[in-house]
Amino acid sequence: MATATTTADAALTDREARNAVTASWTAFKALLLRDMTVLRKNLKEFIPRTVLQPFLLVFVFTYVFPKIGQGIGPTRGAGASNFATLLVAGVVGITILFQGIQSVALPMVQEFGYTKEIEDRVLAPLPVSMVAVAKVASGAIQGLIAALIVFPIAAVVPASPLHLNVSWPVLLTLTPLACISGAALGLTFGTRFEPRTVPIMFGVVVIPLTFLGCVYYSWVALTPIKTAGFSWLKTLVLINPLVYMSEGFRAALTNANHMSLLAVYGALLAFAAAFLYFGINGFKKRVLS
Amino acid sequence: MATAPDATPPSAPVRTEDLTKVFPGGVKAVDTLNLSLQDGEIFGLLGPNGAGKTTTVGMLTTMVVPTSGRAWVGGVDVLAHPALAKQNIGVVPQQNTLDRSLSVWENLYFHGRFFGMSARQARTEADRRLKQFRLADWGSAPVLSLSGGMAQRLMTARAILHEPRILFLDEPTAGLDPQSRLALWEILRELHAAGETILLTTHYMEEADTLCDRVAIMDHGQIRALDTPAELKRRVGADTVVTVTADGDLDQLERLLADEVPGVNEAHRRDGSVQLHVRGSDGLLPRVITAAERGGFNVSDLSVAEPTLETVFITLTGKDLRD
Repeated sequence: MATATTTADAALTDREARNAVTASWTAFKALLLRDMTVLRKNLKEFIPRTVLQPFLLVFVFTYVFPKIGQGIGPTRGAGASNFATLLVAGVVGITILFQGIQSVALPMVQEFGYTKEIEDRVLAPLPVSMVAVAKVASGAIQGLIAALIVFPIAAVVPASPLHLNVSWPVLLTLTPLACISGAALGLTFGTRFEPRTVPIMFGVVVIPLTFLGCVYYSWVALTPIKTAGFSWLKTLVLINPLVYMSEGFRAALTNANHMSLLAVYGALLAFAAAFLYFGINGFKKRVLS
Repeated sequence: MATAPDATPPSAPVRTEDLTKVFPGGVKAVDTLNLSLQDGEIFGLLGPNGAGKTTTVGMLTTMVVPTSGRAWVGGVDVLAHPALAKQNIGVVPQQNTLDRSLSVWENLYFHGRFFGMSARQARTEADRRLKQFRLADWGSAPVLSLSGGMAQRLMTARAILHEPRILFLDEPTAGLDPQSRLALWEILRELHAAGETILLTTHYMEEADTLCDRVAIMDHGQIRALDTPAELKRRVGADTVVTVTADGDLDQLERLLADEVPGVNEAHRRDGSVQLHVRGSDGLLPRVITAAERGGFNVSDLSVAEPTLETVFITLTGKDLRD
């Protein structure tokens, strides 16, 4: 035992200025740099895949519907304007969630499933868990970029004006938290699904998340949906992380009614921690045998 | 270290102590492996598919977690300090693991950055290695446009870019055309001449024979013999391998030749022939033919060769090396 400890320690001190921690940190930054380079090279794919869904959502619901007199809620005046205002927060939330899936989960499913190309990054001189964290960090950055691109679209496209009221402290703290939660969700999905089961991921998990994510309606508005006096839908959707993103952005961007901020921050922190935990564990299981 | 004068110096590029891997389901892929590599050598792990070679490389490169035992790479305990151990390791895996989102040049550049090179250093090294591996014209090409041999060269260039203490190559020439295989051998010889320590796994005996300073013959997760190729072949105790092709019951022919030809220390069937390992080659061929014909066999082909590592393998395991 003593021999082994000596040899390991000897090597630790031999490594001049670069100890294991700085080497890990350098490698971590290089992994981010690699992902950002790939993002820059693929902007032609990134922008349409990021913009199209939110644009269509806003375009159909807040431009086409009011114009043709077919409505979700009132079709003109304050009601229509309120709906556009309500939707803008949800659209930012859904964009961040989708980015987590598109920039983290789907590439990872491919890399684990067929290409194995992640192996070189796993062999970089940092702990395997940090490779997973680097994936989340780069996914979060991409979520942030996506949100920045999508917000102006959601603000400009609607036929009636939006009533925005930005709370900067909330916006500046909630956005990174939402981006990290979304990317961590992507990591968990990316390590749990296989290429064969990706359609299930979309059909059975992602679609319900988006429809029941308080994107098109606020959470408090669900109160009247009751059975035997119990607001069951309002309770059920609480398991959906997108609810807290949408409601959080509602609080950050508008005066609309929203869930308590304490619940929003608490739940998003809990989701981020849980998804990171399951994601990192899943990543280790997929990488190491 | 002074307490154990016979122990390998802590700086051995690779050392293992009773390294064992049992996969879930109870398959013992590597069984109490004890290895120690010397600086600057090309070391070959030779064995059939399923012998435990890839699992061994996996454990030494931190990708497979050992069930028991220990391993050090460049003096660093791979289990206790995997992130640190990875600094000493360059790996060319069996599969193409090039980053398809990046160009040929970028694959090298970012690998350098992962290992702590500055942007300028990584650029210089990427340029230099592309030239060295005759890929300079392909720098901006996507990696998917490379041929198998070129991809293998790029993976080798990538693996040594950070000047690892030891380079691991897992079945580096499996699936390569003969020309690419020769090109890779040439590269490995150049690296060897430059002092790089290399551990490669292979199931091609010629590869182990021509490239390796030392070879460990592996079967069922254990090392059956470990020495220089020349010494391994000498240990077989035969100087000639005779292959006899004939019609009729080959089992009977095998028994007959083993009994009647002097100096035979091993006889076995192979691909419709009988192979004999013989010591002392004086007047050997006439004796073989006479013995076979006396037994009523009609010899249609007869060939003589020197023992190879395959001969060694068959002697040790009673099995053929080929898949």
